[in-house]
Amino acid sequence: MTAFKAILFKDLRVELRTMQSVPAMVLFAVTTFVLFRFGLDRSALSGSLAAGVLLATVLFAAILAINRLFVAERDEGGFDAIRLAPVDGTALLAAKAVALVAYLLVLEAIALPVFAIFFLDSWTGLAPLAGVLLLADLGLAATGVLVSSIAANSRARDLLVPLVLLPLLVPVMIGAAGAAERLLAAGGPSYDGIGKWLAILALYDVTFLLVGYAVYDFLLED
Amino acid sequence: MAEIAAVQRESPPAPSPSPSPAIALHGLWREFGDRAVLRDVTLELREGETLAVLGPNGAGKTTLLRVLATLLRSTAGEVSVLGCALPREAWKARGRIGYLGHEPLLYRDLTGAENLRFQARLHGLEGEAAERSAELLDRVRMSRRAGELVGNLSAGMIQRLAVCRAVLHEPELLLLDEPRSHLDPEAAAMVEPLIGPAPRLTRVLVTHEIDAALAESDRVLALRAGGAVAYAGPASGLSTGDARAIYGGAP
Repeated sequence: MTAFKAILFKDLRVELRTMQSVPAMVLFAVTTFVLFRFGLDRSALSGSLAAGVLLATVLFAAILAINRLFVAERDEGGFDAIRLAPVDGTALLAAKAVALVAYLLVLEAIALPVFAIFFLDSWTGLAPLAGVLLLADLGLAATGVLVSSIAANSRARDLLVPLVLLPLLVPVMIGAAGAAERLLAAGGPSYDGIGKWLAILALYDVTFLLVGYAVYDFLLED
Repeated sequence: MAEIAAVQRESPPAPSPSPSPAIALHGLWREFGDRAVLRDVTLELREGETLAVLGPNGAGKTTLLRVLATLLRSTAGEVSVLGCALPREAWKARGRIGYLGHEPLLYRDLTGAENLRFQARLHGLEGEAAERSAELLDRVRMSRRAGELVGNLSAGMIQRLAVCRAVLHEPELLLLDEPRSHLDPEAAAMVEPLIGPAPRLTRVLVTHEIDAALAESDRVLALRAGGAVAYAGPASGLSTGDARAIYGGAP
């Protein structure tokens, strides 16, 4: 637990100091919303279109942070420093995942109101939507940390992360879009059948968290 | 080179009588793809001894250190460090090894003090970390600069911090890869008490300073370019001239 906290606080401290990930994610998301606003030429979105615009934007913004998750570990010897200590590799996995979820929560705290201002007639679905996004964030983090860690030592890492990660995240998009579509329906949120989509998201999260827990020590080793 | 080969035959890397050597290598090979970097390295080092590793660039010195540090696996052969068979028991050896490599293993966007605090917490030294860090920073005269980001410090200052990082958890085995690089004579003297010989401290020292290495080591491992062993035995069995010959001729 000490190592987990040490790595997490280190990452958050560095992010607060350098602002390398979160501002880029927020700027990307807001810019994308502006592009959609004028590209679609619509002042209001609902249902599946609204869900697609929001979730695709969050997903691509997340990739900016996922690409940078292990930059310091790779360039400044963090992998070696952590492996030289009597630390379980899963502490690194968990700390990076929690840091990524924190970045995504900050992103969504800013991007969701901007999205609502640009595209929504009613804000009533936003509170339950935040819960859907949290489940999606956990899935993004569980898979993103694994892929980012594998790609960290590759020269083609900037290409490898989206190429490997996006197909793996299709179930997250399906689950989150299925739930968000109902919450962003024209005429107010509907909760019919939302449980199925939330279950898919939760199952995905648990599966990839367990996969990460099982394999991460092996990934860290030479 | 014939002389070196003769020395090697006269002083074979036979196992020492010590019941539990701090380091025991038997037929260690390490390959990267098709290229062998270490070839059939066999040696033993007792607790408290210093091993000097000599050899020209590309001889596999750093690779050997990384294998001993549990950062690389051997391709073949047996490796035992502090009584732990690697890589199976690497987790038992980690935390007992101090490693000072070419990279300082410090985060540029953290201050020196923050880096040491981070390392201390990784090693489970939460309580005593502040006191130990302050003492080390004071000994390398970095106390006044400890609040600055590592990225803003000179190479010599970063090396001094790296020494502090390597010895922060009071390791039983110290792996030193050219520890005095970037250090001026005064700074080198400052760090010497931290990385120099000490009771029960086993050291492996990679260096190109042949005279100093032979003077301060108990045993020597000399590697030829390509990773083959030129000599493995007591330091007294290798003359400075022989050691220089390993580099391809006397300067």
